[in-house]
Order: sequence, then structure tokens, then C-alpha cells
Amino acid sequence: MTNPSQSPIVIVVSRSLARVIQLFGIYVIIHGHYSPGGGFQGGALLAAGILLLRMTEGMEGSQVELPTALAMPTAALGALLFAVTGMAAWIGGGNFLEYAGLPIPGVEAVWLRHYGILVVEVGIGLAVTTALVSIFDDLVGKGDHG
Amino acid sequence: MKAYNYILLAVFAGVLLYATLHLPERGDVNAPMHREFNEAGGEVAGNYFIRNAYRDAATPNMVTVVLADYRSFDTLGEVVVVFAAGMACYLILRRREEA
Repeated sequence: MTNPSQSPIVIVVSRSLARVIQLFGIYVIIHGHYSPGGGFQGGALLAAGILLLRMTEGMEGSQVELPTALAMPTAALGALLFAVTGMAAWIGGGNFLEYAGLPIPGVEAVWLRHYGILVVEVGIGLAVTTALVSIFDDLVGKGDHG
Repeated sequence: MKAYNYILLAVFAGVLLYATLHLPERGDVNAPMHREFNEAGGEVAGNYFIRNAYRDAATPNMVTVVLADYRSFDTLGEVVVVFAAGMACYLILRRREEA
């Protein structure tokens, strides 16, 4: 599974399909305010795009997408982005995760909450994408290319 | 022993089906979860969310507002669970260089 596919058809189709899946994943995260979706669903789609390339281009060939060594640090960054947003709101005078308290001057509380939700969803998306890819990489291993 | 297991399963399925018969009708305005105030006189959370989700966060999708704003502490826990799953796989399964 970690070796590249021999068939050029599989490689070409999976490359173009992976971009469509990832674009849709970004759409699901960004458009979560207006339609069903959000960080978890969009993150799963982004991970699906990367995992498709992991299976067709091989573990070595798809390291450009997301290096294995970088996966868990990025997941930590995503979870931290969520927690830090909550802490910032706390320091700014609100409760923990009450985005209306975010210390950004000149923005109404309604829009602080609006964009607070967006920041949090992006953090969730980062964490879910990279955690899923990291789990896949750990389960499959480095394969024949060691 | 096998018959005993099947009887147990059948009894449990019967209990669940019996419980299903007593669920409130779909859209019943007198069901506890659809009332404006609960038995103790406090405002029901779902009622508050439906009324104020758009006013509070300028977001039409109230599910997003509940998940990422009103109940974001729960979502933070979910993200930590996903992170912990990745971390467990990392610590147990990743092949490390021999020191």
C-alpha cells in the first residue's frame, strides 16, 4: 500500500480527484456558518484527499502533501488554536470560550462571535486533518522504502 | 447457553421497543424539550438557541452556533479526544530510529 501505483491512469485520476475533494473540504469548513458542515466534516474530507494520494502515489511520493513528521505537531497547533481563542476571550474579560470577550477593539460583539466561530472551526479542521493522516501513517508504517 | 443469549436479546429488544412507543410525537409542542419553560420554571436551552442563535452570532446555521459557541467547551473536548487518538498511535506504533 505504501508503494506507488504502477498504473498512470490511477495516478492521474487520483491526483485530480484529490484536489476536488480537498477543495470541497475547505468549502465545508469555510461555509459551515451557512450550510451543514464544519471543522470535523471538512477536516475528514481534507484528510481523505491526502490519504487518497498516500495510497496511489505511495508514502514517499505524497510526503509533499503533508510530511509525516509534521502531522502531529500541526494537530497540536490546531487544538491549541481552539484553546488559545478561548483563553484570549477569557483574558479579554469574558468567560472561557465566550468570543464576545475577544480583545479586538472596534468590532461588535456579534461579529466577534461570528469570526470566533470561524477561527475555532479552522483549528478543528487542522487538528482533525493532520490527526487522521498521522494515524494512517502510523498504522501503515514506512513500507519497503524504509 | 446460546438459547439464553437469544432470549436475553429478545427481552432487551422488547424493552427498547416498548420505550419507543412512549416517545412524544414528532413536533409535539407540549413535549418537555419543546416547551418554553421547564418544570422548574427555567428557560429551556433549545428554545433559547432557536430564538437567539442568529442574533448572538450573525450565523444562519444554528447547529454551528451551538457546536462552536454555546457548547464550544464540549467541542474543545472532542478535538482533544481526536488529538489524543493521534498521539496514542504516534507513541505506540511509530517506528523510531535506534538510539
